[in-house]
Amino acid sequence: MQFDPILANARFGLGPSPRHDLPLGAGDLLTEITAPDHQAKAFPIRTFSSFRQDLLVLSDLHKQQRQSDDPQEQEKLRETIRDRRKQLEAQQIAAFRATLSRAVASRFGFRERLMLFWSDHFTAHAKNGVSRSLTAGYVEEAIRPHINGHFADMLKAAVTHPVMLDYLDQNFSAGPNSDAAVKHGRGLNENLAREVIELHTLGVGGAYRQKDVREFARVLAGLRYKHEDGMKFRRYLREPGAKTVLGQRYETPSLQDVHAALEDLARHPDTAHHIARKLAVHFVSDTPDDDLVGHISQAFRKSGGHLPTVYAALLDHPGASGLQPGNIKTPIEFVMSSMRALGATPGHVAELTERQIRQYLSVPLTVMGQRWEQPLGPDGWPEEDDHWITPQGLAARIEWAMMVSYQLRGDLPDPRDFLTDALGPDASGAVRFAATNAETRWEGIGLVLASPAFQRR
Amino acid sequence: MPPINRRRFLTQSAALGCSAAASPLLTPIALAAAPGEARLVVIVLRGGMDGLDVVRPYGDPDFAALRPKLAADRAKSHDLDGFFAAHPALDRLMPLWSQGQLAFVQAVSTPYRDKRSHFDGQDILEAGTPGLPGTRQDGWLNRLLQSMPDTEAKTAFAIGRDTMRVLSGSAPVANWSPDASLTLGPQTARLLELMYHDDPVFRDTIAEAMDLSGALRSQAASFEPENMMQQMQATQRDMRQNGQEASVASFAAEQLRGATRIAAFSVNGWDTHAKQAQGISRALERISDVILTLRDELGPIWQNTTVMAMTEFGRTVRENGTQGTDHGTGGAMILAGGAIRGGQVFGRWPGLSEGDLYERRDLLPTADVRSYAAWTLRELFGADVANLETSVFPGLSMGDNPRLIL
Repeated sequence: MQFDPILANARFGLGPSPRHDLPLGAGDLLTEITAPDHQAKAFPIRTFSSFRQDLLVLSDLHKQQRQSDDPQEQEKLRETIRDRRKQLEAQQIAAFRATLSRAVASRFGFRERLMLFWSDHFTAHAKNGVSRSLTAGYVEEAIRPHINGHFADMLKAAVTHPVMLDYLDQNFSAGPNSDAAVKHGRGLNENLAREVIELHTLGVGGAYRQKDVREFARVLAGLRYKHEDGMKFRRYLREPGAKTVLGQRYETPSLQDVHAALEDLARHPDTAHHIARKLAVHFVSDTPDDDLVGHISQAFRKSGGHLPTVYAALLDHPGASGLQPGNIKTPIEFVMSSMRALGATPGHVAELTERQIRQYLSVPLTVMGQRWEQPLGPDGWPEEDDHWITPQGLAARIEWAMMVSYQLRGDLPDPRDFLTDALGPDASGAVRFAATNAETRWEGIGLVLASPAFQRR
Repeated sequence: MPPINRRRFLTQSAALGCSAAASPLLTPIALAAAPGEARLVVIVLRGGMDGLDVVRPYGDPDFAALRPKLAADRAKSHDLDGFFAAHPALDRLMPLWSQGQLAFVQAVSTPYRDKRSHFDGQDILEAGTPGLPGTRQDGWLNRLLQSMPDTEAKTAFAIGRDTMRVLSGSAPVANWSPDASLTLGPQTARLLELMYHDDPVFRDTIAEAMDLSGALRSQAASFEPENMMQQMQATQRDMRQNGQEASVASFAAEQLRGATRIAAFSVNGWDTHAKQAQGISRALERISDVILTLRDELGPIWQNTTVMAMTEFGRTVRENGTQGTDHGTGGAMILAGGAIRGGQVFGRWPGLSEGDLYERRDLLPTADVRSYAAWTLRELFGADVANLETSVFPGLSMGDNPRLIL
């Protein structure tokens, strides 16, 4: 099967850009993953852990404010709290800016696509307070370092991360025979245990039972994050005694047991199949062929979940690159690939004010149906194409397509040149006709961006 | 020149190509007959509305002491029945109360208990399930539609930017947000249709989008990016100033005057942990705008309309240290419309003495909010009780008919 550089760049990366070369083969795409992560260095995003002290101070200030009887002191505290909250809330847009910069600066955007994929696979965000603005900090430390490593390491980092513990209610889960249960009537919460098995590892079709969820929840009991001392395995929450999950025994309640159980889940053959299928659905088609899934799954098993090997299997298989463009881009992929096609640079991104980022990018993304960092549930954003192409979703894509060129750069390219930048030299007759016959440059560019050929990958 | 209306074009060509009876677009009688004439507007009040501040139980001997600051303006509040009084900010709705077109339900909640998370609370409220829905995403209004015969996509409309899980699921529903728009020059519209012609997904969706947006914006717009940008910014600004909710309500009214029977959207901003007096007044102004916009713009259809506003939980009975309230349990529901038996506060009052409270901090829910919703669906659409208790609201026991609907 011949390698199609334009299609491969759109399907596995964030689409072509006049500022970057096209990939000449699967090896080029893989190199972007195995090479050092230049984008993370150039456009840093602060990790969630680096904010622990700030969050602690803020929670202390709240406490002081509640306990104070003096109206003047209360007012002063309120102002301090407001300022500190604002600083933390600003992190979300700063991280979004960095994410966009990485998207336009990277050569193919394969790593950034994988970031979107894995942060969706391990969907989590804090439920309350300013921590909600720090989701990117979770992804940055739990997901990104492991994208070119082993699945098991990503799994361990994501599942035990403070943001995940909050999102899936692990912080308050106590073993039924723990001190917390015996003395304070607390109990087990199965939420995280269930989602790890159902969503993150074996998949809902995997060979597990309710008893495994329950037992795994007993293994996890003890994980708790506090601003004071971070994520720790707490003695008073842990469940004494041995547990058996999917036939494996875990004898000593501890973080080691949690890690061992997660490693065993990562090694399970159903996990290989589940991840293989998700990758194929996301990158290739809503209905991928079994041979492709089997090929990726085998690479996962044989390599012990070594992700670059898994990606290589995806890229090498003829079923992955030989088809016509199929899947609809998610709104964020559409936005990022449009910016790349328009030749946007990190400089353009840096020039946008916070207000412009909201108006030009965040609000349109929300109207397109993908509010940044706010997926509907722990299962992340839907993959189905018809979820995205709704009347208001498509209208929002078209309206944004008509405006974006104008917003991002003053000097608009000729739509006929832009057509080649965005879709290559072999764009279909209908799109070419539209680009050529548009009344203005910005409408011509908008039509190219709105075309099915650009909306699909 | 208005944008090209592709739906109209398709309708006309369908009429040429096949018999009129076979085209769903040309059988308005069948459409109107199927779901009846009743209209239901479900509003999700996100953030946890403080039912004790909205419908104040001044008749309860413990109330004043629990709310020394928040309930101090008794003179300005609106007496409802000698026991309850409405928050002062609801003044514009009081004429509806006298006309029997406004009602409240007190001391209700979803089956959700104890964790008091907005996220989970709203999930349960919209899923209509007894516990957390997990990854099951469909909502109770969608499950109602699944059981209703002869519905079409526009029978139910989810409006606005918030995902309305209450309406999402396998039954088709229409979706639009009044801040979405599609303003295209005629030439661009034509080129777009040409470009989408061979891709059925894009072809059909753009037809619907042009239909909806054409209905929304008939005025001739100027098709320049600068103008579009200014217009989008103006739309955002208007929506901020006039309240996004009023625009949403206006759009809902437009649809409900047509084929739509059920509309769902959100009114947010009820999470009043601090300085509640200001926060809740603003939110009550917004819900008042919504209800009055619906009444004004629905015209005679208002008589067939039920507005049902529900929240994920109530708030603590005691004021906290920051002149607000924290997440609680039992809460209130707001009902409005010409179809309701208004002018009364429904629900069984549990009392506010220490022993009456839920976990010594929250209003004790004396009924499941789902039973009021279920009875409303029963009365408005003739939904089957067994279906309501097993499928629409799994595990619900509806109990006696509270007779909310005329």
